[in-house]
Amino acid sequence: MSREYMTTRDIVGPLLLVEGVEGVTYGELVELEFPDGTRSMGNVLEIDRDVALVQAFQGTRGSNPSETRVRFLGRGLELGVSRDMLGRVFDGLGRPRDNGPEIIPEKRVPIYGQPINPVSRDFPDDFIQTGISSIDGLNPLVRGQKLPIFSGSGLPHNELAAQIARQAAVLERSDDPTKVGPVMEGEFAVVFAAMGITFEDADYFMTEFRSTSAIERAVLFLNLADDPAVERIATPRMALTAAEYLAFECDMHVLVIYTDMTYYCEALREVSAARKEVPGRRGFPGYLYTDLATMYERAGRVKGKKGSITQVPILSMPDDDKTHPIPDLTGYITEGQIILDRNLHRSGIYPPVSVLPSLSRLKQKGIGPGKTREDHADLSNQLFGAYARGIQAKELAVILGEAALSETDQAYVRFADSFERLFIQQGKTEDRSVEDTLALGWELVSLLPRSELKRIKDEYVDRYLPAKPHEYHPGEEDANMTPGMPAGRDEIGGDMVGVRK
Amino acid sequence: MEQGSILKVAGPLVVATGLGSAKMFDLVRVGAEGLMGEIIEMRGDRASIQVYEETEGLGPGDPVVPTGAPLSVELGPGMLGAVYDGVQRPLDALEAQVGSFLARGIDAPGLDRDKVWEFAACAKAGQRVEAGSIVGVVQENEVIEHRIMVPPGVAGELVAIESGSFTVEQPVGRVRTDAGDEVDLLMMQRWPVRIPRPYARKVAATEPLVTGTRVIDTFFPLVKGGAGCIPGPFGAGKTVTQHQVAKWSNAQIVIFIGCGERGNEMTDVLMEFPELTDPYSGYPLMKRTVLVANTSNMPVAAREASVYTGITMAEYFRDMGYEVVLQADSTSRWAEAMREISGRLEEMPGEEGYPAYLGTRLAAFYERAGKVECLGGPTRPGEQTEGADAPHREAECTPAAATCDLHKACRYGSVSVIGSVSPPGGDLSEPVVQNTLRVVKVFWALQDTLAFQRHFPAIDWLTSYSLFLDKVTPTWEREVSPQFRGRRDRAMSILQRESELAEIVRLVGLEALSPEEQILMETAKSLREDFLQQNAFRDDDQFSSLKQQDGLLHVILHFHERALLAQSQGASLKAIFESPVREHITRAKYVEEGFEAEYERIMAEIDTQLVGDMPNPGHSHEHTEVGS
Repeated sequence: MSREYMTTRDIVGPLLLVEGVEGVTYGELVELEFPDGTRSMGNVLEIDRDVALVQAFQGTRGSNPSETRVRFLGRGLELGVSRDMLGRVFDGLGRPRDNGPEIIPEKRVPIYGQPINPVSRDFPDDFIQTGISSIDGLNPLVRGQKLPIFSGSGLPHNELAAQIARQAAVLERSDDPTKVGPVMEGEFAVVFAAMGITFEDADYFMTEFRSTSAIERAVLFLNLADDPAVERIATPRMALTAAEYLAFECDMHVLVIYTDMTYYCEALREVSAARKEVPGRRGFPGYLYTDLATMYERAGRVKGKKGSITQVPILSMPDDDKTHPIPDLTGYITEGQIILDRNLHRSGIYPPVSVLPSLSRLKQKGIGPGKTREDHADLSNQLFGAYARGIQAKELAVILGEAALSETDQAYVRFADSFERLFIQQGKTEDRSVEDTLALGWELVSLLPRSELKRIKDEYVDRYLPAKPHEYHPGEEDANMTPGMPAGRDEIGGDMVGVRK
Repeated sequence: MEQGSILKVAGPLVVATGLGSAKMFDLVRVGAEGLMGEIIEMRGDRASIQVYEETEGLGPGDPVVPTGAPLSVELGPGMLGAVYDGVQRPLDALEAQVGSFLARGIDAPGLDRDKVWEFAACAKAGQRVEAGSIVGVVQENEVIEHRIMVPPGVAGELVAIESGSFTVEQPVGRVRTDAGDEVDLLMMQRWPVRIPRPYARKVAATEPLVTGTRVIDTFFPLVKGGAGCIPGPFGAGKTVTQHQVAKWSNAQIVIFIGCGERGNEMTDVLMEFPELTDPYSGYPLMKRTVLVANTSNMPVAAREASVYTGITMAEYFRDMGYEVVLQADSTSRWAEAMREISGRLEEMPGEEGYPAYLGTRLAAFYERAGKVECLGGPTRPGEQTEGADAPHREAECTPAAATCDLHKACRYGSVSVIGSVSPPGGDLSEPVVQNTLRVVKVFWALQDTLAFQRHFPAIDWLTSYSLFLDKVTPTWEREVSPQFRGRRDRAMSILQRESELAEIVRLVGLEALSPEEQILMETAKSLREDFLQQNAFRDDDQFSSLKQQDGLLHVILHFHERALLAQSQGASLKAIFESPVREHITRAKYVEEGFEAEYERIMAEIDTQLVGDMPNPGHSHEHTEVGS
């Protein structure tokens, strides 16, 4: 049952205050018809007795108080879902944008969704092989995880996200801890939501998906830069509702990529400011954390369901500032972050993943014997530690000159350089298997004296460390010659027992 | 019953009228679905209600029914191992009702009504009982004996009591109060969450809470009954640190509140705790744990309530005489929930939009921690129990000890609170951190720079502090070793000196330091890598006993002393630093069984390798004391 009113009193920014309404509920969907005949959708943000506060998704341009028709539709914002959504492009409110026919929905689902019961969640522990060493080796993505890419303007986050979407594969469990399982077959889908990005950016993704025929298993929701800003508040929820349907009712493994969260948050701020709410940091509303969480937390696996939702949100950090409220609050909700670095990008390294501050919180669960390989965790800790030390040594070298560094530190500097050039750097279409990534990692740690490999269990070092030093650096023998290692150690062990007796 | 109606809906806040005699903080049922809500403001006839569930679809005119009681939790057998949401609805019962997603308007009682428990009475009819008196026990699981207490506010003569099988709603006995009324005793009591449970008196806490994490236990110890906080930017390891404490601490009960945090983290706890063995009892950790899970996407008002729900449960176990650790992850999300509700009430904000009463609320919460003498006297009135002849000290009046005859007169329990704080941008000057630091005595500062270097736990040893150090020293001297405190202080001063010297090294290089200072830098590095760093995911490293921590410190400091001696006798720094024994020091923390013997061996080896060639007549392989 719809009710129509022409009793708008105030129009402020994207908001309308409508008087004398009856039976209106919080969150109800609204259709607005402006004097010139254009229509807009909206929803109820607040209802106080007979006064409703309505937010117009397409803005309020062209409306006036006396002649605007406001129809309350008696239901909340919904999305009609169906398997036929695959391969289609929708606008930010879920209407077809590709000149195709309307979807015949199997059912209509409220876009705000319901929280997953924490006890019904299944822990994400399937390693996703993205084919990108800096992710697979050090900050692996796990099925059911939410792992954002923190980027900045001008950095290749779109290329990286597209590469992940293209290459992502899950590995079978392997019984042998020293072997990686084969790639698992299964039904995959990509749900892509664009909020406020330019046509070029959106087109890049569409072309990427088309050229690899990934489009057939993709659903796209596009709200571009010139589309109404407030509509963006609904866009990611449309995408997640579609993703939930595909994952938990059609048993698909869904990767949700949404970009750019910064524009989403700004739209939220716009509405909040128009409501004259008390602002939190940088003018963003105090409930930004909760609001973001209601989207990010829709990632996961559910017990008894085959499908899963993995999220890779992209956000551009204003001025590359990680402490800005958007990346900051995001980082507190998501399970880690992949941070792109401008300096690496300038030095021509793709993907410019800044390894040290990047983090995948679920990596301990997704790697190791059976899932990838037994040495994965130790090796990745060692690579991290060694790279951090190398960077420190490089900073030292800037002040003191390279000659002042100790032999060990020089080895670390060489390590850090090779690490960036060989491990982080890779081609935009290069799909490295996790074995390749690990092999590369071992080759790199062999640049260091063996006594420095403190974070790796001895048995792994014995099993996987390449016999010869790295071929790219012939001067390496010196650094490897640490007295007493490794043969001397056993002798000492023998001595020690003698002493004790 | 009276029924009001909704006037206004704005997010989780609903304004209603016509609630008659309803009081502040009374629970109400909102709308046709009966959503739970709590009255948080009253102006004339209008009451503002924070609703614990999603409010979409509510509108003016919908009914609001007062329940006449404040938000309370049910306390009794069946809590251990359970997973509740912020208002004590058991999540597995909700799953059974509506499936994997939380629908609205569903409800389930906090304690299972059908489950039958074996109640063993330990009081006798005719005895005088008062609030807190233990009248019987239920062996809730292999680990925890659930002691059934007379609820607060009831005192008089026990006129009936019987052992047998009961549900939580069936009376196990009856009390004739001093006023002459007869009151049924149930195994279940209710308590309003916002009011602290009563106790006889607070006492000073002196016993260390052992967590097995070296940097915490040795450098910044917490006591049983103390309060501490873990602030840190994201990715610094707050949650892992919290989990470590939950897993390995020597408390008897652990209450873990996931307040506005990640769903997958709660799943992690849920999947892991039943698998993990409690190092003290040998049974799964879940047997001593209660989880309160209100993840970030669950309703914000229930998040605000969740910390109160958790601490009330903790106080209940404390009242039985147990040592309880309560962990809240994260109090920032709780503060944000307060901010959000306050904003909807259009209250005048204080700092950064937080309500002006933020500091008061935080202080009141942390003050519910503490070691107390419980109400109701000894654990088992009038009963001779085993162990009565064992000698006990006052400080050791643990529940087990309290059953002994010597300590009939007292029952002590404690609640330790560890709250994590997630400051925006890692900025410690923000209001939640600052208000928390005013009330807690232990501060474990996590640093993301340490985390980037994969130095875990990323607790910064220079800015963290513990005000309990002097209080635990006597216990350390008695139970660990007399030298432990001295070694700890010595190690701390080496680390402090390192940070001063690091500046010089950065400017002019390591070579500019004197040989003694270079040795100190090397020892500091060893302290950082071989002692402070601890891998929470390595079986052989995640837990160190206090004795092992002391031993490890001894080994490292012994190397330091011997290195200084060797250097003064002419050995080259290179030879000292590259002596093969260092490899063994590096691996020393991984030794589990028989670490004492192994550490002896390593120290002997240090002697042989560093000063072995030197004439050193007075030396033996006994522990050599470290000068400080």
